[in-house]
Amino acid sequence: MIAFWVLAPLMVVAALGMVLVRKAVHSALLLAVVMVSLAVLYAAQEAPFLFAVQIIVYTGAILMLFLFVLMLVGVDSSDSVVETIPGQRLAATAVGLLFGLLLVLGVAQATLSASVGLGEANADGNVDALATLLFGRYILAFEITSALLITAAMGAMVLAHRERLSPKQRQSDFAAQRMRDYAESGKHPGPLPVPGVYARHNAVDTPALLPDGSPSSISVSRSLQSRGLVRTSSPTDVERTTAELDAALDPDAPSAGHVERGSGR
Amino acid sequence: MNTEHYLTLSALLFTIGATGVLVRRNAIVVFMSVELMLNATNLAFVSFSRAHGQLDGQVAAFFVMVVAAAEVVVGLAIIVAIFRSRRSASVDDASLLKY
Repeated sequence: MIAFWVLAPLMVVAALGMVLVRKAVHSALLLAVVMVSLAVLYAAQEAPFLFAVQIIVYTGAILMLFLFVLMLVGVDSSDSVVETIPGQRLAATAVGLLFGLLLVLGVAQATLSASVGLGEANADGNVDALATLLFGRYILAFEITSALLITAAMGAMVLAHRERLSPKQRQSDFAAQRMRDYAESGKHPGPLPVPGVYARHNAVDTPALLPDGSPSSISVSRSLQSRGLVRTSSPTDVERTTAELDAALDPDAPSAGHVERGSGR
Repeated sequence: MNTEHYLTLSALLFTIGATGVLVRRNAIVVFMSVELMLNATNLAFVSFSRAHGQLDGQVAAFFVMVVAAAEVVVGLAIIVAIFRSRRSASVDDASLLKY
């Protein structure tokens, strides 16, 4: 009784929010609220087996599948506001309101006899009674369900499978491609320089310094460069680093006058 | 607790789901609305099951859940396949048959 009056408004609000929010991830989470509340209502209506199945299958499996696909498709793929058919949204809302009014009025008109309750049917336990029905009267439907599940699994595998259009690149192919690039455009075949070489810090946002003291732009990640997070360096960094190193190695030596040694640290 | 209250809640949830199918453009949200409609009918099944004192309604709800699981798997696979080929999950973009 209390569960219904607490959960029913919550479910209606969450369902409305699911339809109205723009981000699909928020829709999925609001749908989870509806489904868990529904599970509680099943428990309140003497259906403990369906309570467990609702939580395990719907909230556990189906909603997780939704979230997986959302992450695959892109979390920020929100709806466009442009209407393909003009006035479609308004008309759909009107149709929805009328349909809801029709259903609610229909339910209100009906006179139902007093609820019998499942005390007698659940006498041996809900799961036992359901199993007797499932493997008795509904055995054919149950068996056909297995065919449906196998077909669905095969269909999902076929639909999600992607044919490889080009042969797979192997390590020898990559090596040959690198040497070809070197021969054609002079691109260095070795690995890229790591950030921080000869610089004052070795953090990933510090570009490596070339022997003449200028920063090497290929040593820092391109995404850091596009975000503008690369630490700037000055041509005197080499000398300062050398001085610091020398001071640390030999406390007696003067801290300046190493310019002539250049970068040969 | 009256059966009518549960049926009214079920009707409201079904209506919200149906409106969601009509209004939303994102295929995944449309699928979620379909799931909401299926859940609403399940609530009606369970309510009627208790009203009549028989468990057949609960068995029907169980089968609805099985079919919904199969439907979601295939539907989401179709959405992923469409997304791969045209980089969009909007139902408006899958309109090649129109022309």
